[in-house]
Amino acid sequence: MIPAQFEYVAADSAEHAISLLVSHGDDAKLLAGGHSLLPMMKLRLAAPELLIDIGGLTELAGVATDGDELVIGATTRHADLAASELVRAEAPLLAYAAAQVGDPQIRHRGTIGGSLSHADPAADLPMALVALGGSVTLQGPGGTRTVPADDFFLGYFETVVQPDEVLVAVRVPRRPGVPWGYQKFVRRANDWAIVGVAAIDGRIALANMGPTPLRAIAAEQALAAGASVADAAEHAADETSPGEDMHADREYRRHLARVLTRRALEHQTG
Amino acid sequence: MSHIELTVNGEKRSDDVEPRLLLVHYLREVLGLRAANVGCDTTSCGACTVLLDGKSVKSCTVLAVQAAGHDVTTAEGLASAGELHPVQAAFRQHHGLQCGFCTPGMVMATVGLLSENPDPTEMQVREALEGNLCRCTGYHNIIKAVLAAAEAAQASAWAAGIEESA
Amino acid sequence: MSILGTRVLRTEDPKFLTTGGVYTEDVTDDRLAGAYHVFFVRSPVAHARVNSVDVSAALDAPGVVAAFTGADLADQPVIRPAAAGLMNVEMIQRLLATDKVRFVGEPVAVVVTEHPYQGEDALELVEVDYDPLPAVLGFDPDDSSLLFEAAGTNVAGNWGDASQLKQDLFDGCEVVVSHTIVNQRLAPAPMEARAGAAVWGEDGRLTAWIPNQGAQGTRSGLAKLLGLEASQVRVITPDVGGAFGAKFGADPEHAVLGWIARRLGHPVRWAETRYENLISMTHGRAQQHTVTIGGSRDGNVAAYRLEIVQDAGAYPKIGAILPFLTILMTTGPYDIPKAEAVAKVVVTSTTPIGAYRGAGRPEATAAIERAMDLFAAEIGVDPAEVRRKNLLAPFTEPHRTAFGALYDTGDYAAALDKALAAAGYADLREEQKRRRAIGDVRQLGIGVASYVEITGMGDGDDTPPQENATVEVHPDGTATILTGTSPHGQGHATAWAMLASDELGIPVDKFTLKWGDTDLIPEGGGTGGSRSLQQGGAAVQQAAQELIEMARLRAAAQLEANAADLVFDKSRSAFAVAGDPEASVPLTQLAEDERLLVRAVFSAPGATFPFGTHVAVVEVDTETGKPTLRRVVTVDDAGVVLNPLLAEGQRHGGIAQGAAQAFVEEVVYDADGNPLTTSFADYPFLSATEVPSFELADMATPTTYNPLGAKGIGEAGSIGATPAVQNAIIDAVAHLGVRHIDLPVTSRRVWTAIQQAAAAGSGSEH
Repeated sequence: MIPAQFEYVAADSAEHAISLLVSHGDDAKLLAGGHSLLPMMKLRLAAPELLIDIGGLTELAGVATDGDELVIGATTRHADLAASELVRAEAPLLAYAAAQVGDPQIRHRGTIGGSLSHADPAADLPMALVALGGSVTLQGPGGTRTVPADDFFLGYFETVVQPDEVLVAVRVPRRPGVPWGYQKFVRRANDWAIVGVAAIDGRIALANMGPTPLRAIAAEQALAAGASVADAAEHAADETSPGEDMHADREYRRHLARVLTRRALEHQTG
Repeated sequence: MSHIELTVNGEKRSDDVEPRLLLVHYLREVLGLRAANVGCDTTSCGACTVLLDGKSVKSCTVLAVQAAGHDVTTAEGLASAGELHPVQAAFRQHHGLQCGFCTPGMVMATVGLLSENPDPTEMQVREALEGNLCRCTGYHNIIKAVLAAAEAAQASAWAAGIEESA
Repeated sequence: MSILGTRVLRTEDPKFLTTGGVYTEDVTDDRLAGAYHVFFVRSPVAHARVNSVDVSAALDAPGVVAAFTGADLADQPVIRPAAAGLMNVEMIQRLLATDKVRFVGEPVAVVVTEHPYQGEDALELVEVDYDPLPAVLGFDPDDSSLLFEAAGTNVAGNWGDASQLKQDLFDGCEVVVSHTIVNQRLAPAPMEARAGAAVWGEDGRLTAWIPNQGAQGTRSGLAKLLGLEASQVRVITPDVGGAFGAKFGADPEHAVLGWIARRLGHPVRWAETRYENLISMTHGRAQQHTVTIGGSRDGNVAAYRLEIVQDAGAYPKIGAILPFLTILMTTGPYDIPKAEAVAKVVVTSTTPIGAYRGAGRPEATAAIERAMDLFAAEIGVDPAEVRRKNLLAPFTEPHRTAFGALYDTGDYAAALDKALAAAGYADLREEQKRRRAIGDVRQLGIGVASYVEITGMGDGDDTPPQENATVEVHPDGTATILTGTSPHGQGHATAWAMLASDELGIPVDKFTLKWGDTDLIPEGGGTGGSRSLQQGGAAVQQAAQELIEMARLRAAAQLEANAADLVFDKSRSAFAVAGDPEASVPLTQLAEDERLLVRAVFSAPGATFPFGTHVAVVEVDTETGKPTLRRVVTVDDAGVVLNPLLAEGQRHGGIAQGAAQAFVEEVVYDADGNPLTTSFADYPFLSATEVPSFELADMATPTTYNPLGAKGIGEAGSIGATPAVQNAIIDAVAHLGVRHIDLPVTSRRVWTAIQQAAAAGSGSEH
């Protein structure tokens, strides 16, 4: 219940955080909301020697427009993302996803940067980002790079973020008025999705159907080829090999993926 | 050790703490404010809920060092001059507590909810409290208490509005 | 105007709402100043030999003052199985495991640190060498891997004799249905996990602060575990954050705490994590039932058999005794001409089973209520109708069942009718029909469960069920009540004050209730089995009445009048001479020269039997299988209600726990005996979103067994709700050919059942 001992530094800028990451490498972790990292540390599943707190860097929070994209600061809290008028108008799927994370207390602390870096394939924001076809901006000692959502997640709790990089911003296309759907199948309110689906603009993303959020490619192609929503959804689980746990076996997960994809394509939320 | 300065229930505090000291333990063991309880290991139960800058948070998943420079309000800080806060009064009126272990967290989560959504529906109340677990009450009377507190706040705001315009 | 029967707000609440309850972890006491902190090393494997335990590295860690293993405590008494004589005597447990561990979570060693944050650091340094053995799991564990070699079997014992079951029990039945069903293992999971604090005094006595359900029982339990006389132990009960049956007596950890306190000559404290709580606080239920029910096609049940297997977990504790209560309530509220029941108790490499809200009686009700629905489905008769046909007729004289239970009063048909009416049963069936006809994705299910249960049982030995109370009036106008009950959310401070106030005319908020300190109250039965109001409350009322009579004599002397000429005016809390109100003396004044107190013991003639009917309405998403609980409508008749606010609260909490068992909660072990539900993220503790507001209909059939007319209400909700919700979910998909789904009826199980029924090709309308 109590983390192992560690040193703590409150970074005064992203550059400061990066320089600390450079000198400490794998021994250091970034801390923003702490609601992905601290639970792991309390269970002693993670034991970094140094926590670099970027939660106080207000320049890394907030939502702005940049041409045809929304730019969301990495330390923007889920609650603020969910309540943002701009996001609700132009990327409502993202605002909705943020509102599904955990519970109100968790949403007051958790950040989009932290959630994406944590890369839980069952989580809301990774799936939402993949559905939206957004991208992630990383800043390191050598400069900044932008990674598309489709390339960002590598495996269970694993992303392309290097040990000396800070995730500083998230970008999503502005799509005011474009219909979208979101389905999160849970046993109980606070749970991670047993299976999740987010769909917009011909893109379909699945949560908890593999080690990363997945695109339901076969279903997308069927749609693009003119299939009905019901027929396209039948392909939602093609080429997936979802895990098995006490909530669902492979077959049930695939079945849920198909049902939830159809509902998401019908622009239902739930 | 890290040095922190923060405000707790309106009082300025200055302490040296281990970085790994959880805010809930800072409140309970350093400050002796033991209303917030630890009920789980996984940020699930909400018995530790306090307000951080007016927003409900689970103090078991906030480091004391993260609260430096901020404002913390606990259940002990709600009542004033011996009078129960309206949310506390509503919980009493509607038997919204039995063993009391989840109660301070439940009350703080409610105060947080009503500051963001002053007129919630029953379903909104249930969803807003999904991070606060209770084994005793079946939630029935908790929901009633929250809705009553909201109604009372609406009524007094309405009355205050009348007074103002009078 | 009596306050009895009115909604008096709890006097406890202001404290709980502001500064919070003072639970064991919150206790500050001079005697505990500088206490060390105790942490347990627990087995990570289900079944293994323990080759060695090495604490040397831990002893070198910062802040570690001591570490102990099973070898250090080897001279302590062993823990013998419950129901000694019936359960295998070889199935013994030690305070800390020595040669073997038998469940994940079993305490193996302990470290003691100066600061609580040092404990988990030190635990990581303890090295234990385990030799894993095959796990022993399930309701029919074979003997190839024995949990106790000396026992030669994994069967702990039996209740009843299976060889005596009648082969011809179902002869003559037009219809016989049989099914093997599971009443799954649950975690009581009170919000406050276990904790303790202990210190030895210079007087050679152990003082222990322990959250419990009866300090007197905890004291004797602790004394026994440590080989002490009860007089050497004092138990103090702080506020308790819920218990639900799992905080009776004393656990090995509490005894180890006491042992360490003596060994180190220093106070110690302990607080378990939620992980430890979910794997080493006793679990509940874990019974398998083979139910066989037979009768005529028109719905009369002629015969019923219940064959139970109780998984007791690794060590036979209260779990081994639960089947006795299950068997006692086999036929529930029904009039079944022929019925029999037997039970086998097995041990498995899992957490031991203890009491959990209802303790053996929910199991009986769940079994027969499933059987009733299976029978109803087989004969194509409405399940409410089948129940009505078979319920015992109303009775006011005690009714003895074939299983030896003596039901005091009951009107089961009235409860059924009232619940059905409150639910709008006919309309619900219409709506269900409508949705079935159009093939609505969201189907409606209606489940009915009628129950009767036993409360206020007594200890089972020859003493009648009883409780004591002391009421004292003080000169300053306040009063104190000492009770042998042990409230942990039930509101006794308010309820007992109401009862005493009603006799003494002293306002409710002037009373202080004391409980749970064995030096102050050496005798008491605690709070559990829904006994407190009917025995403890009755004792308070009796003590208050006797106090008035004692006071009357003092008043007579003071007023120089005949005691017979005095009236006690409750509205003034004063004695006055009849016809001369001015000649009066306040009750409190009579306490000035000499203490004014009475200790009374109330004895009940026996247990009482509350009863009721629950109706649950669920919606099932037939595409995903997900059930959503829409309504729970209940009649829970526990006799005369003292405080409706408190009684309703008990019903709500019980209904929620019962519903949770029906559709989400379950302790899950993998094939190696590793628990998978080890946090509140995995163990699906219900949030407010999964349950609706409940609809309670009122019915009160008094008992004659106590002057309050009250039976016990605490467990009734959890007894009725589980089968009602289970039956409702199955009912929602019955038209698709589904006859049964085991508890918990999860989305996955519903979906699987729908697929299997479709594959079997039977999709008939009822």
